[in-house]
Amino acid sequence: MAAHEGAAADGAAETTLKMTARDVRVFYGAFEALKGVSIDVTKEDVTAFIGPSGCGKSTFLRCLNRMNDTVAGARVEGRIELDGQDIHDPAMDVVQLRARVGMVFQKPNPFPKSIYENVAYGPRIHGLAAKKADMDVIVEKSLRRAGLWDEVKDRLSDSGTALSGGQQQRLCIARAIAVNPEVILMDEPASALDPIATAKIEELIDDLRGRYAIVIVTHNMQQAARVSQKTAFFHLGSLVEYGDTRQIFTNPRETRTKDYITGRYG
Amino acid sequence: MSLWAVLLAVLALGALGFWLGRRRALGFVAQAGSEVGAVHSRPHQHGVFVAILSLLPALAVIAAWAALAGGLVSREVLASLPEGAVGPSDLERSAFLAEVRGLVRGDYAAAFNAHAEAAAAVWKASATRYAMLFGSAALALGALGALWGWSRLTADFRARTRVERFVMLALVLASLVAILTTFGIVASLLFESFRFFQLVSPVEFLFGTQWSPQTAMRADQVGSSGAFGAVPLFWGTVFIGAIIAMLVAIPLGLMTAIYLTQYAAPGVRKVAKPVLEVLAGVPTVVYGFFAALTVAPAVRDFALSIGISNASSESALAAGLVMGVMIIPFVSSMADDALTAVPRSMRDGSLAMGATPSETIRKVLIPAALPGIVGGVLLAVSRAIGETMIVVMAAGLAARLTANPFDSVTTVTAQIVALLTGDQEFDSAKTLSAFALGLVLFLVTLALNVYALAVVKKYREAYD
Repeated sequence: MAAHEGAAADGAAETTLKMTARDVRVFYGAFEALKGVSIDVTKEDVTAFIGPSGCGKSTFLRCLNRMNDTVAGARVEGRIELDGQDIHDPAMDVVQLRARVGMVFQKPNPFPKSIYENVAYGPRIHGLAAKKADMDVIVEKSLRRAGLWDEVKDRLSDSGTALSGGQQQRLCIARAIAVNPEVILMDEPASALDPIATAKIEELIDDLRGRYAIVIVTHNMQQAARVSQKTAFFHLGSLVEYGDTRQIFTNPRETRTKDYITGRYG
Repeated sequence: MSLWAVLLAVLALGALGFWLGRRRALGFVAQAGSEVGAVHSRPHQHGVFVAILSLLPALAVIAAWAALAGGLVSREVLASLPEGAVGPSDLERSAFLAEVRGLVRGDYAAAFNAHAEAAAAVWKASATRYAMLFGSAALALGALGALWGWSRLTADFRARTRVERFVMLALVLASLVAILTTFGIVASLLFESFRFFQLVSPVEFLFGTQWSPQTAMRADQVGSSGAFGAVPLFWGTVFIGAIIAMLVAIPLGLMTAIYLTQYAAPGVRKVAKPVLEVLAGVPTVVYGFFAALTVAPAVRDFALSIGISNASSESALAAGLVMGVMIIPFVSSMADDALTAVPRSMRDGSLAMGATPSETIRKVLIPAALPGIVGGVLLAVSRAIGETMIVVMAAGLAARLTANPFDSVTTVTAQIVALLTGDQEFDSAKTLSAFALGLVLFLVTLALNVYALAVVKKYREAYD
């Protein structure tokens, strides 16, 4: 499972570790939702978490930027590191962590503000732009990277909630990359979108690969196969198998993985 | 035959009707079998149908008896008197009748008026006759109704449908009572206000700045011409209810709501919310004497200590502060609703950007909840300006145009109380002005409520 030694799907490029998780357990009250997950997230790849509903993949994703802190009654055990630094260490500020590990949610959740203000929200909080001109640059760059600039450049002052679902989700991605994170977590980012909007999001993920480490949760296996280089299969709160996407989909080691991928359950 | 005895007899008749109807229907069931549809309605529904047909006319007669009998008896008593036995005025007549009634009841051993003894005998005879008349009419109609209902019962008779229709009718009538009362209140306000505006021009009332409603009893009295410029009252109402009270209630209520929705542990919220609601249930008169006895002297002492020598012991500040505290739970519960209605994904989105909880609240939650919060504040203002006890007890009655919170001011509600307490001539401009004030207050709070509810509703739809 030493991912940094394995070859990426498209060649022999060297990969570097971005985040590591060791024996992560999550409890909701007495219920153990995640039963000791260990995984490495590489900088250059898109990592997909797949598995049936309720398997713990989203729960694990939310551990990576400590969003489970906001859930009443949730308790996280185990060690998660970002660039070798423990994210639960008191020295690690959760605000800093979330600025470095951005997140895109299942349902597009733009703020009820203008498109410009949605993107400027993070940079403003973290003081990334001293002048209005700097902010304009950040907003344009983020919207361009999210593939939304050409569609909205003439109506930046319109409300973000007036956009279509697919545009809203790309706006949320622009918002996330505006603070220049190192990792972007995506929690089923296309599950609320139509096929065309989904294709655009997948294209965008491919464009962003390499610039940011990307972790995407999906229960659409074709999507995982299309966009990711590494795939982790979760089942009933455990990590069943983790490896190169091509290997997981063509030659899974575990029968449970094989059964899920071939549609025997899930 | 007393009214109560008849009432009991009628109820017994109804019960008998129920029993008979049910027994007859049980007979149908025995004949036709008990599968669904064999007999259209259940036996108890047949029973209720018969009981309703019996009770409805009987109770109507009893109600007519209770409403009319007093007048009919009095008229007979007065007619029986010899010419000139009682004075012609209403006052003398009602005094005489009260005396006669006292004799009949045995409250008085003897009467002033020489004719009272004879009149008492007439009263008794007349009352007994009407009781016999109405009582037997009620019982007869009740029995007839029961009989008619009973005779209509068959296996196919749709007693269930008819009983349901009656239930609906009863519910409609019950809700009409509240609605008609509201219309009645508005109509009486309008009518009396109209009379007032015949005496005082609406322009003077709405824009005049001089309020001294004492009108002269005699033409030669000094300084009591009566002035009805209500602007000082409107100002006092706004000053206390919409300015001082809101300066207290909006920040405290909003912060309470933010704490309870965003920071408080579920256990704390579970305790704190009901406690706040208890605060909203404290009778306002309790707030009133708290304001008058505790807060007002403290405010005056504070004013004196900072060198305001003419500080009054009744002050706008004391009344406004206490009213603000009273309104806090109102504002906080509306703001609580508005904040909880903001989708959780919005909050998560902001937190995931690395915003702190307070940044999230300031920049995302409050802007998103603002229409709901504004609606809540408007409703709170409408409550505050209609609030009476606190201002009656703590604000004073001096109609004054002042922005000094240590001064005593008066409000529309406090003036209405002052104008209508004590002995009043009902046709003087002074008394009638209370209705005009009430009308203005009613219209303003109505407009505020309608607007606020529209804002809140529109905003709710946006997130559903």
